[in-house]
Order: sequence, then structure tokens, then C-alpha cells
Amino acid sequence: MEQAEPFRPGFTLGERAEQIEKDEEGQFILTTNRGTRHRAPIIAIAGGLGCFEPRKPPVPQLADFEDRGVEYIIKDPEFYRDKKVVISGGGDSALDWTIFLAEGVASEVTLVHRRKEFRGHLDSVQKVMDLAAAGRIKLMTDAEVVEVSGQDGLERIAVKTKAGEVHEVPTDHWVPLFGLSPKLGPIADWKLNITKNAVEVDTLDYSTNVPGIYAIGDINTYPGKLKLILCGFHEATLMVQSAFKRIYPDKNLVLKYTTVNGVNGFEG
Amino acid sequence: MEDNMIRVSVTDREGNVHELDAPTDMGMNMMELCKSAELPVEGTCGGMAMCASCHMYVNSSHAIPPKSDDEEDMLDEAFFVEDHSRLGCQIHLSNELDGLKVELAPVGN
Repeated sequence: MEQAEPFRPGFTLGERAEQIEKDEEGQFILTTNRGTRHRAPIIAIAGGLGCFEPRKPPVPQLADFEDRGVEYIIKDPEFYRDKKVVISGGGDSALDWTIFLAEGVASEVTLVHRRKEFRGHLDSVQKVMDLAAAGRIKLMTDAEVVEVSGQDGLERIAVKTKAGEVHEVPTDHWVPLFGLSPKLGPIADWKLNITKNAVEVDTLDYSTNVPGIYAIGDINTYPGKLKLILCGFHEATLMVQSAFKRIYPDKNLVLKYTTVNGVNGFEG
Repeated sequence: MEDNMIRVSVTDREGNVHELDAPTDMGMNMMELCKSAELPVEGTCGGMAMCASCHMYVNSSHAIPPKSDDEEDMLDEAFFVEDHSRLGCQIHLSNELDGLKVELAPVGN
């Protein structure tokens, strides 16, 4: 952060770039999920592997029940007050929410997990076992949810055990907690050429097929691409040279080896 | 087969079988071997058993060292997991694995 400080950058953290348009002056307008609008002559995408989004289990018709009983994240536990809730997963999120919701929030909590062993903190695992032994939660191990159904939103799920038995469990909510995986997200809709979940670039300057948009680091791809931090720095360096020429076509760029003497004077 | 070279077979998600020759003296694992053969294996975490993007099924009876807790934990977050599921990055290529048969697991959403 200190290194970037002399350049007085603006930050809008905790937001996701959603949409790119151009205004009448040919400037990009980038809008985030919170509605922040940035106006700039160029855009550099340094998005790493993409946005980390919840892993969705491969259950038929799952999408039909999203936000109609199926949630991948618990935003407000009060939402589950006096409801029947099924949680899937074996990590700390699954264990912690099972414990929390079982302690006077939800009317019924069922935890479904693929194995008998849990990978969460030992004390959480013990608490879950104690809750199950006391009959305060229903614990289904060696099992996974294979079906969701309901007329008006989620009404029941089907759980299949390793032994092949299928149990129907009536529920108001199912919260699958299987961690996160990187996805390109809205970048995929920006009319950029995409190969294998990465943005194609020209290695001359790491520009994409959309003039003015660059992509650097793990998010891009080109023949011989190596996902190394070293290469990311190199790509960024060449990208900004090209961006400078694009923004200031009539100015010369002075290559300086260091910023210890300040950041002025790059323009010749 | 030369010393320190084995042949393994990888069935991709379309059912095509790829016979791959693999060195056993270069510290390679199945994830890396598949990637070097340009098979559709992500290996997002770089082989640290921290994602499950190299999930595969072992379809032969080779004696592969048992799963570590880390590998089991990551398989918990994967889908289409079977008893013979492994993370490719945790299958280290050794001479004993000559003739190994694996199949790439389906990719979830």
C-alpha cells in the first residue's frame, strides 16, 4: 500500500466490477455491484483466478430453488428462525452454523455429510456430536443430498446414504456449504475472447480483443503462459507502457528505474 | 519401457483413453502429468491438496499410499466423490504405478 501511495490511487474495496460501457467521449464506464461508477480511458483486469463463488452441488433443478429455500451462504441467521434447516458440508462453516442454528434459532436442524469424519475444529465436532446425541440435531453421515423438490419453493430434499438408501427429509431450507471455487464471473460477459476460463491477450502489451482493455496475471492466457508472480509483474510493466501511449498518444514516456526520487517526470 | 518411465492410462470426461508415458524420477504427480498432456485438469492450487480441481478416480488396483487428512478434507468439498476418488496431485508417480488406470471425475458447477 505504501508503494502505491505516491500515485494517489482510489480504492473501492469489497465490490465486484459488473458492467462495462462506453460514454460518448469513448471513455469506459465501469459499474460495480454496489453501483459505484468508475470512468477511465483504459481498464486493466488483474482478477487472478476470478471471483470466488460458492461451489454448487450437482443436484438436478437446484437453480430453480435458489433463493426459494436453497442458499449457499447464511447472511442473517434470523432468516432461519423457527424454520426447518438442512445443512450440508463437513467443514467449519457447516459445523458452526449447525451449532448456532440448533441453539434456539431454527426449529429443526439436520446436518448431512459425505463421511463420518469432520474436518472442522475438534471442539466444534464434539459439540455437533453432543447435539446429535441429545437429539437436538439430526446428523446424517455417509450421506449426501441428491434431490430437491417442492411446489412453491423448497419443501423437501432426498438424502442418499452410502448404502444406497434414500431418505426424504421435509425442510424449509437447504444450505450447501462446500467452500468456494474461482469463477470468471461478469468478466465472461464483457465480449472478451475467452479460452479455458482465461482472457486471451496479445503478448506485445497484454491487450485484449477490446481496444483499451488489458488483462494481466493469472486471469489472462497466451501461448506459453506461465502462472507465476514473476510473469505477472512483467505483464503489468509492459501493459502500463502501452496504456500510457494509448492515453497520451502525443507524449514520450521516460523509463525510470526507480521511484525513490518521486513519481513526477515520467512524461518526457 | 525404459528405467524410470511408466505408462499410465487416463480416461477423459468424453470417455477417450490417453496412454501417457511418465517419468518417475522427476517428482511428478498425476495432476502435473495430465496438465502436461493438455488434458482438462485445472490444478488450481498448484498441487497443494488445497482445491479439488484434479479429482480423479483410480480404476486399477495399484497400491497408492492412503489419503492424507488434507486430501480427505478437500474431497469433502468435491462432488461426484466415490470410494476410489483421489486428488491427482496426491498421486506421486513411482515405478510401482506402471499400468495405473485413472479416469477424470466430472466437473461440478
